[in-house]
Parts: sequence; structure tokens; C-alpha cells
Amino acid sequence: MKRKLSLFICILMLLSLITACGGSQDSSATADEDVIKIGVFEPLTGMNGGGGLQELGGIEYANKIYPEVLGKKIELFVHDNKSDQGEATTVVTRLVEQDKVVAIIGSYGSAVSIAAGDIIRNAQIPTMAASATNPMVTQGNDFYFRACFLDPFQGEVMANYAIEQGAKTAAVIMQNGDDYSVGLGNFFINAFKELTGDDNSIVDISEFQLNEADFNAILTNIKAKNPDVIFAPSAATTAPLIIKQARDLGVESLIMGGDTWENPAVIDVAGADAEGIVLSTFFDENDPATEEARRFVEGYKEELAGSEPIIPAVAALGYDAYILLRDAIERAGSTDGVAIRDALRETKDFEGVTGIINFTEEGDADKNIAVIKTVENGQFVYIDTVEVK
Amino acid sequence: MTSQLFMQQLANGISLGSLYALLAIGYTMVYGILRLINFAHGDIFMMAAYFMTFSIVTFKLPWYIAIIVVIIATVALGVLLEKVAYRPLRDAPRMSIMISAIGASFLFSNLATYLFTGVPRGFPDIKVLTTTVKVGSISLSVATLITPFITLVLLYLVLFITNKTKIGMAMRAVSRDFETAKLMGININRVISTTFIIGSALAAIGAILWGSRYPSIMPLMGVMPGLKCFIAAVLGGIGNTTGAVIGGFILGMSEIMLITFLPSLTGYRDAIAFIILIVVLLVKPTGLLGEKVTDKV
Repeated sequence: MKRKLSLFICILMLLSLITACGGSQDSSATADEDVIKIGVFEPLTGMNGGGGLQELGGIEYANKIYPEVLGKKIELFVHDNKSDQGEATTVVTRLVEQDKVVAIIGSYGSAVSIAAGDIIRNAQIPTMAASATNPMVTQGNDFYFRACFLDPFQGEVMANYAIEQGAKTAAVIMQNGDDYSVGLGNFFINAFKELTGDDNSIVDISEFQLNEADFNAILTNIKAKNPDVIFAPSAATTAPLIIKQARDLGVESLIMGGDTWENPAVIDVAGADAEGIVLSTFFDENDPATEEARRFVEGYKEELAGSEPIIPAVAALGYDAYILLRDAIERAGSTDGVAIRDALRETKDFEGVTGIINFTEEGDADKNIAVIKTVENGQFVYIDTVEVK
Repeated sequence: MTSQLFMQQLANGISLGSLYALLAIGYTMVYGILRLINFAHGDIFMMAAYFMTFSIVTFKLPWYIAIIVVIIATVALGVLLEKVAYRPLRDAPRMSIMISAIGASFLFSNLATYLFTGVPRGFPDIKVLTTTVKVGSISLSVATLITPFITLVLLYLVLFITNKTKIGMAMRAVSRDFETAKLMGININRVISTTFIIGSALAAIGAILWGSRYPSIMPLMGVMPGLKCFIAAVLGGIGNTTGAVIGGFILGMSEIMLITFLPSLTGYRDAIAFIILIVVLLVKPTGLLGEKVTDKV
């Protein structure tokens, strides 16, 4: 009996080991001199799994188009951070200590990026976040850069849009403990109050917890207050649940979200209820800003081969994050962390897919353009490009 | 607070509570027979939701056939779980079988992540269940409306089986005294398998109703409902079927009422379940309807 039990436990442990490694792609060891190693940490499973996979798609495509730097092959080391802060620190430590990468790309989701920030700063590995929008990702961290706009900007854009649509009151739903959701929600609240000049214009603020599926109670409260818009920055997993339950309860307010909502999963799961939702995003394939963008749209469309209805904005940012890093390594002429960081700082008018990129003091891409989209007939449809000075 | 708002929240609470109740019956029955907290029950529930997605989306079965297929597949999985993970440990200390249950739970959620990836999938839209109906001024989906009735009918069925049938009598005997029941010629394995069949079938029905209301399926979706339904079972008196249903209703209702009356505390919703658990364990460890069991030495 004891032997059977121990055998069973052994099998269990083995299996969990196999599945734990399932998300990462370990390549066989190659001699250090032949390749330049770039680490990637993205959520491939968990709450942000869908978005992480899209971003990874863009990074891998960039690696295919620009496979070399300094005359050496670039090798990507991809690890899954499971949308979990604890796991993020583990995989970044692994990238630094074990894989010995010279630079890192990631991650989708601000919370996991913030969690990994300290390790990155201490190890002095230049890191490029593609789509993490919370200001704290790069704040006070010399080695963390990002290719996208920030949440204060995004919050303002959405508040602006809501007011242009004639909204006087708004309700906000945020995920307790998720830096992205709470951050963006609060920036929206501030901007909306300022723009309406009325402290009572936010009629309801509700929070929910990770893995929550039931929003009926929150939405019933909101329905009673009848706001003009509901702003619910949340993961693409949660968004359709909120949208669907709101419409089932007969809530007719305009429902808005952030960049995470530009994910086919939202439309798939919410179905007809997704019609008319509004979100802001980084990029629109129909309006390529640069020559690089034109080439990317054409090439990546072919690469996707119809598996996604539109090119996800985070894929474009993933692509930009990769080519920004590659360009900096090229100019630095070495794989030294400090040298690459300095080269990144000196980036000048870099032609990316999501526009011309310069970095601010803080290491953020200096972007003042956001794209607003809605859903029509089961498709994301471009509404407007907003520029905030 | 308008009466309309209150009625809507009441409906939300009853319907969430009856979903909890369906799962809680599974916990309480297994505990009654085996004195085992079946930690993998939430994961059986999750697998049932995936089965439903596959049978409708991949195999294109009509929904009424899919429901039967899913119940059968889930029952098979539950019985298999018992045969592989619990039966070999029948005579082992209770701690070993508990660890085996935790292991099985991890195995299922990791296996699901490995096989189906962590990316959420949409639950198939069963029009019969998802249509919205208006009752007076409150709007509900059909699934929300019928869940409490389904739960009550199933509770009646379970009570009928345990109180009026021969296998039910055997179940009660096993639950009272394992060893003596064995000596009286009761086929213990058959009784336990029956328990898992009933529990898993209820988990499958729960998953279908859950998915129709919250149509996002992922490998960890069973964790939180699993924990909460376990709490519901403890609250009602673990081992007592009617108690589990009452516990489920109370838990669902208190979560919704917390949000209704104290909207600023919506972020602490999960906490209320655990506070209830702690209070029950302190004040009345046997739960609302639980009997005091004296351990025979």
C-alpha cells in the first residue's frame, strides 16, 4: 500500500512538473558566443493569457523579420508568467540568473511588470515593456522602458470621449489588487471629475476580486443610479462577463474599457451584447503611421493567415518593443546592460509600427495619440484618433 | 433603496445561492460517506464546463443531447477519480486520502491548463437558457430563473434516494458506521461509487447552469466556487444534504446583500464567505443542521 501511495505521489509530482514547464519554450543550450539572448516574459495562461499570446505573436514575428544583431543570431527565451505577480518575479529571476539574457521584453499586464521591476533594476538588464500602461512600471527604474502610452493619458482620453458623447455621470468598476485596473480607473475618475467640474459626476465606484464571475449585484446597484457611461478597465477574461450581465439586467449605459478589451475573446464570449462598447487602443491597421507600419501590416496579416480578424494592437507593440531593443543593441555595439540602456535613452525619432518613438526621462515612449474603437457587427471598428497635447 | 432594486438583488441572491447549493450537495454527500473533503469537486465542475464547450462547439451536438453527454462524461470522471485516487487509500489514515484529494485537484487544474491552455473560452450560448425574461420590473435570464427550481427538485431527488431506496439505506448505514455496514454484507465500493455518481452529476448540472450565466470557461474557474461551496456545506452542517442547500442559499444571499447594503465593501465580497466559515466553526462547529457525532474509540 505504501509503495502504491508513494508511486502515485511521484506520478502526480512528475505530471505537475511537466505541466508547469508546458508554457515555456526552452531551447537547447547554445554556446554563449554565437547568439544574443533576449528574454521574454508574458502571461500565456491565466487572466491575461489571451493578450499575452497576441503580444508574443508580434515579438516572434519581429524576430523572424530581424533575426540578427551585431552579426549574431538573436535567440528568444520565452517564459510564461501566468498573469501572476509571484510567478513573474520567478521567471524574470530565471531569465537573469539561468538564461543570462542581455535584455528582456515584457510584460502584458502592468501588475506583473511592476512586480518584476526591482529584479530588473538590480540586475541592470534593460527591459522593454510593450503594452504595460501603469506609470509605476518605469517610475524610478533606469532600466525599464516602454513602447506604449500611459494610463493617465488613456484615462483622460476615455473621459474626454465620454464627455464628447454627452455623458454627465459615470460609474467605474475596477479589479481590486490589479494595478492596471485600479490605476486606469482612478485616472479616469480624476479626469472625468475635472472635465465635468463636478465631484458628484462619478455616481458609483465598485470593486471586484480576481476570478470573480458574478457581477449582477454590482451592476444592479449601478443600474439604480443610471449613469450615462460605465467605465470598467479589466482583463479580456472579465470584460465579456461584465458586458453580458449588464445588458441582461437591462443596463443601457454606454460601456467603455481600456486597451485590454481589444481582444477577439471579448466579442466571442459577449456575442451580440458586445455591440457598441467603446475602448481605446494603441494602433489601427487601416491607418499605418510609418513605412515600417505598412510593411508590418502587410507581412503580419499574411503570418496570421486569418487566425485573428484584425492585427491586435499589442502585437504591433510587441514588434516595436523588439525592434527598439535590437536597434539599441546595434548602436551600443555591445551586450553590456548599461551600454544598451544608454543607447535606448538616446533613441531619436525611431520609426516604429505604432508611430515615431522617442523616450522621455522616465523611459516612456513619448506618445500622445490613442485610437478609439467600437464594436459593430461583431468586429472592432475604428472611430477616431485622439491627440492630447 | 427602491423595492425594485431590492427585488432584483433578491433574485440575484437566490439564483447565486442555488448554484452554490448544487455544488455543496456533492461535498456534503462525499463527506457523509467517506469523512473526506473532496477537494477535487470544484475541478470536476470545471471539467464539466469544458465538456459542455467541446460537445457543442467542437462536436456540434444539439444542446439537449450535449447535456446528457456531459452528465455521463462527468460522472465517469468522478467515478474514475474515486477508483484511482481514493479507493486504494480506503484503509490508509484519513490524512493520506485528504492529501490525495488535494493532489487530484492540482492534477485536474494543471491538466486542463496543459490541454486547453489558460486562455478563457466562451461557453456555448444555449438560447433556451440565456434568453432574458422580464418579471415585473426585474429582468432575469431563463437560467437564473430556473436554477432555484432545478436545485430544489434535485434536492428532493437526492433525499428520496437516500431515504426511500435500498441503496440509500445502505448509504445511510455506511455513513453511520463504516465497519459494521461492511460486516452486514453491504457492498461498500458500490455505495461509494453511487455517492460519486450523484455528486458528479450535480456538479455537471451546476456547471451547465453556471456557464450559461457566466460564460467564460478557464482551468481555474472551479477554485473559488469550490471553496465557497465547501463553506456552504460546513455552514449547513457537513454531511447533511438539506443543510448544504440551506448553507448555499445563505452564502449566496449574504454575498449579494453585502453589495446591496454596503456598496463600498464590494471588494471584500470573497472575505464574507471566509468570515462566515470562521464564525460557524467558532459558534456551532456542527453547522446549522449537523448532528453531533461522538467518535467511537
